[in-house]
Amino acid sequence: MGSALSSDPAYLPATVRRAAKILITGHFAVGKTTFVRTLSEIEPLRTEEVMTQAGELVDDLAGVPGKKTTTVAIDFGRRTLSDSLVLYLFGTSGQDRFVHLWESYAQGALGALVLVDPRRLADSFDMMARLEEMALPHAVAVNHFDGAPRYSDDELRQALDLLPDTPLVTCDARDRASSVRAVIELVDHLLDHLRELV
Amino acid sequence: MTPGRGGRALVRSHVVTGGRATPSRNTLDHITLITATKDDVAGLEPEKRRLVRLCRGGWLSVAEAASHLDLPISVTKVLLADLVDSGHITATAPAAPAGVPPRQLLKDVLDGLRALL
Repeated sequence: MGSALSSDPAYLPATVRRAAKILITGHFAVGKTTFVRTLSEIEPLRTEEVMTQAGELVDDLAGVPGKKTTTVAIDFGRRTLSDSLVLYLFGTSGQDRFVHLWESYAQGALGALVLVDPRRLADSFDMMARLEEMALPHAVAVNHFDGAPRYSDDELRQALDLLPDTPLVTCDARDRASSVRAVIELVDHLLDHLRELV
Repeated sequence: MTPGRGGRALVRSHVVTGGRATPSRNTLDHITLITATKDDVAGLEPEKRRLVRLCRGGWLSVAEAASHLDLPISVTKVLLADLVDSGHITATAPAAPAGVPPRQLLKDVLDGLRALL
């Protein structure tokens, strides 16, 4: 019948009707998928988007045949938070060529958690600049890597040129409690951010 | 972000959607929750049948449905919008519409996360 699925669907609890989205972002190999996997109650899923070679999200499907396109995959997971609410976590990379894709995922997101590798701080600069440009509220989580240099918060804040109110935490993307705490820091910050707007 | 898997769909996206690029409604996003409300799939194109069959089992997000059927999200949204119009699928309104998220939603997310510790 051609109805075979690529994975077994894990349906939401029958009472869940509200969904929230947070982006887990950062440069290549910083641990985004590990982080999503640690917090997700389902095996992380993958979704594919069609992009032009120039990095534009293809929303004009009729124009596709004439254009060279490339496919970008995004991993995501979910965690049911109450009998009415589910949280989705999308692991999105911030590469320049995928900026349009990134913006489409940022739409409707509560905010973003930026994972940072302390051995490759400079790789995060573009991402931080983009978040500030988009005014997407965010927190920064320095992911644990064995043997990585340990910087003080001040050194990290200076190196990443963080705004004074941007939260900075350390986490281990392989550890559940540590990853949950990092997301809590972000949501706490989002509530503060809301208070400032009112 | 990793490159896409090698296996491509046999039918091109613009064929699946009948040549249309944009959904008939703009209320669907990646995390809109959907379920099937009509069992009858007679007269539907194969991809739409697959979507309705998938959604019979309960509630899923648009992104999950796309992933389970190996379809791009953009294509899935076009198909789902038609299925909402035809009464086969029902979709929830977004909990956080564009702009500033509602305070209660943030509070509920925070409470839910704290309960995980």
